[in-house]
Amino acid sequence: MMCLGIPGEVLEIRDEQGLKVGKVQFGGITRDVCLACIPDIALGEFVLVHVGFAISKVDKEEAARAYATLQELGLLAELTADAAQPEQPP
Amino acid sequence: MKYLDEYRDSTLAKGLARRIAALATKPWVLMEVCGGQTHSIVRYGIDRMIPESVELVHGPGCPVCVTSLEMIDRAHSIAARKDVIFTSFGDMLRVLGSRGDLLTLRSRGADVRVVYAPLDAVRIARENPGKRVVFFAIGFETTAPANAMAVYLARQRGVKNFSVLVSHVLVPPAMAAILQSAGNRVQGFLGPGHVCAVMGYREYEALADRYRVPIVITGFEPLDLLEGILMTVQQLEAGRVEVTNQYARTVSREGNRAARDLIFEVFEVCDRKWRGVGSIPKSGYKLRYEYREHDAERIFEVDAIETRESERCISGLILRGLKKPKDCAAFAKECTPQNPLGATMVSAEGSCAAYYQYGRYLDAGKGR
Repeated sequence: MMCLGIPGEVLEIRDEQGLKVGKVQFGGITRDVCLACIPDIALGEFVLVHVGFAISKVDKEEAARAYATLQELGLLAELTADAAQPEQPP
Repeated sequence: MKYLDEYRDSTLAKGLARRIAALATKPWVLMEVCGGQTHSIVRYGIDRMIPESVELVHGPGCPVCVTSLEMIDRAHSIAARKDVIFTSFGDMLRVLGSRGDLLTLRSRGADVRVVYAPLDAVRIARENPGKRVVFFAIGFETTAPANAMAVYLARQRGVKNFSVLVSHVLVPPAMAAILQSAGNRVQGFLGPGHVCAVMGYREYEALADRYRVPIVITGFEPLDLLEGILMTVQQLEAGRVEVTNQYARTVSREGNRAARDLIFEVFEVCDRKWRGVGSIPKSGYKLRYEYREHDAERIFEVDAIETRESERCISGLILRGLKKPKDCAAFAKECTPQNPLGATMVSAEGSCAAYYQYGRYLDAGKGR
C-alpha cells in the first residue's frame, strides 16, 4: 500500500446516487474508481488513482511512463490485492 | 550499477549523476520521505550512482510500518469479535502484532477481508446489515481522501454498521520531528510527490523556512529522483533555502482542493504515536466529532493493551535517518521479512524490507 497513485484511462463515467464514479483501465485491469475529486474529468483522459480514488489528472504520456515504472518496481499489487483472499476457514 | 544498465534512459540518468558530482563540493545528507521513492532508489541503485559525498537516508514514508503495535493489537481485538467483519489493505492485515497478524485470525473463524478500496468496505457493510463492518483506515495524506470518502458516504447514506479504526499519519510533522531529533543529520529533503498531489506544498514552505532546510518536491521515477537530488544539492551549495517543485507535471502548489476539502470535512489533526519513533504532536488525523458514530475506537471498548518491541531493532534510528538498514546487527540475520523485528521490516515498503528485497545484504561491508 504505497502512497503512490497508479495512472489509468477513464473508460466510463457515471452517477451513483450523486457520487461521480467510473471505470478506469490500468494495463489489463479495469476497476471502479471514485472520481468525485476530479471535477473536470472526461472520457479517455488519464487519472492517478490510489486505493480506488482518483487524486489528480495526468497526461497520456506521463501516465504511460509512470505505469511502466510502477510495473518495473513491482508496485501494482494494490490493483489486485483483493482478488486472492486467503482461504476461508471451513 | 547493474540495475541502471537496464534502465532505458541511462544516458539521461548518467548525465544527471555527473552534474550532481560536479556540483557537490561538500558532503550532504538528503532524505527521501516516501516509501515509493525509497524503493525506486534501491531498485535502480540511485544511491550508488551519485557521488559518495551525497548520502541518501530513508525516511518514515511507509504507513503500514509506522502504525503502532498498540493500534494493530486494538484492530486484532476488534477483528476477533463474532459480530464484526474486519477489512483493510492487504499488507496492513499481514503485519504481525503482539497477538499475531489479522489474516491469521481468519483461521480461527474471524471474518477478515482484504479490500482494494475503502469504499469496498462500505459496500460490504450495506450487503451485511447484521454485521458490524470495520475498516482499518491507515495511510499518509495520499490515502486520506479515499478513507474520508468512505466515512462521508456511510454517514450520508445512513450505513450505520460501518466504522473506521483510524491511524492516519502526516508527513510534514514527521519531517519536523526528524529535524528536531538529537543528532539530526538531514540537510535537505526530497518531498513526497503524490502526497503533495493531494495536499500541495504550502505547508512545506513553512517547514523549509522554520528549519532552514531545502525541500524539493520529487517524483518516484529514477530520473525524477536524480533531478530532485540535483535541485536539492544546488540549493545546499548555493546556501539557498526554498521549496521547489521537480514534479510539476503532477503537483501544483495548491494540490487537489476538492480532495483536501473532503479530508477536512471528515478528519481533524491529532497527536499520533508512530511505531519506532513514538508520539509526534499533531502528526495524525482522527475523525471529527460529527462522525463519531462511525468511530470504531468509540464503538468497541478495547482492553488496555501492553506491547513490547524488540530491543535489538534500530528502526527508530533508521526512520529518522540516523542509521541505515546495514548498520543493524540483526538485519538479514534474525530480522527478515518473514520474521521482522520492527517497523522498517514489517511491510514490503519499509526501508529494511526494500534493502532486503534488492539483495543489499549480499554485499554487506561494501560501504553503500
